[in-house]
Amino acid sequence: MTKKQKRSVFMASLFGLTVVAIGLVLTALNQSISYFYTPSELNKLTQSPDNIIRLGGLVVTGSVTKASARDATIRFAIADKLAETRIEFEGILPDLFREGQGVIVQGRLSDNGIVIATEVLAKHDETYMPREVADALKKQGRWQEGSEPE
Amino acid sequence: MYAFANPMKFAALARRIAPWGYGLAALLLVSGLYFGLVKSPADYQQGDTVRIMYVHVPAAWLALMCYSSMAIASIAGFVFKHPLADMAAKATAPIGAVFTALALVTGSLWGKPMWGTWWAWDARMTSVLVLLFMYLGYMSIWRAIPDQARAAKLAAIMAIVGFVNIPIIKFSVDWWNSLHQPASILRADGPSIDPSMLLPLGLMGLGYTVLYVALLLTCLRTEILERQYNRLGASKASNAGSSLVERGA
Repeated sequence: MTKKQKRSVFMASLFGLTVVAIGLVLTALNQSISYFYTPSELNKLTQSPDNIIRLGGLVVTGSVTKASARDATIRFAIADKLAETRIEFEGILPDLFREGQGVIVQGRLSDNGIVIATEVLAKHDETYMPREVADALKKQGRWQEGSEPE
Repeated sequence: MYAFANPMKFAALARRIAPWGYGLAALLLVSGLYFGLVKSPADYQQGDTVRIMYVHVPAAWLALMCYSSMAIASIAGFVFKHPLADMAAKATAPIGAVFTALALVTGSLWGKPMWGTWWAWDARMTSVLVLLFMYLGYMSIWRAIPDQARAAKLAAIMAIVGFVNIPIIKFSVDWWNSLHQPASILRADGPSIDPSMLLPLGLMGLGYTVLYVALLLTCLRTEILERQYNRLGASKASNAGSSLVERGA
């Protein structure tokens, strides 16, 4: 083997080993790398989590109860395609928060299955377009809001 | 590939090309900013905040592109011993680090109004932060080892091994649930960005790329001249030393 071949074999095998090692680590950590659970993933957990969790899903249309003068709590539900979880939150919602929008809440799961959130983050999808185009699409009935998360 | 392997010839060429590069980059960036900040429409969802995209997204592209070029140059240097490759990799690192930092800062400024947070430890953001640290680590290898030939070898190994992070950054938004949205441009069913917004984004992306090439030429030329200077300085010093020895004898 020439020196050049030796060097390429050395580099290729070092890189290959790193890929395998990193791949194994990432697979093992798969659950903790994900930034949030979805409601159906939460339902699948055998032991209900008693620490702080993050839950992501679409705000269910018609589920939002705004804060009033007597009660500062905002109540809503988020859902994926299979399940729904109710959320209670006291605080300021991000501008993008609205029905049908993807959001991520952080908080604790109470005994009655409601997540008491301490933080609400809004997700937005990867489509960008002017308002007129969005309106036109809605008019033509070709509008698909919130295709994520599954 | 070996046509400009002669460093001094390359330095002379770089000197002639670089100013044109800066001019072209300025033209592209100014027109990109004009279309991005003035001419393009506000987003249906994000309003005017979407304009941060024209600065943020190309910076993130270049962060990945610079690292990829660094890894390719490192292979050319380590395996094929191309005389300019190690220098090109070394010169790319600080430029890539700046683009990475720019992507992180503008992303943070975009995240606060839209998502509601400056920072989240989701897979995309964390892997880009790791990329910044890898650039800094790569640069510190060059600085920590005085013998440049040895530094080049170790730095090349680091750059190539670290390339694992690039696909992780790219696909982090598909592999794991993340706060960051998936790709808008490089996706199977075509870009999901309106053409009126795609134009300034393209101009900015091109402008950043040309700016990178021009900066790289300048940095490479500086590196070549610095090495030449050191070599001449060293030989002068040793000449002086030997003449002293002769006089002493």
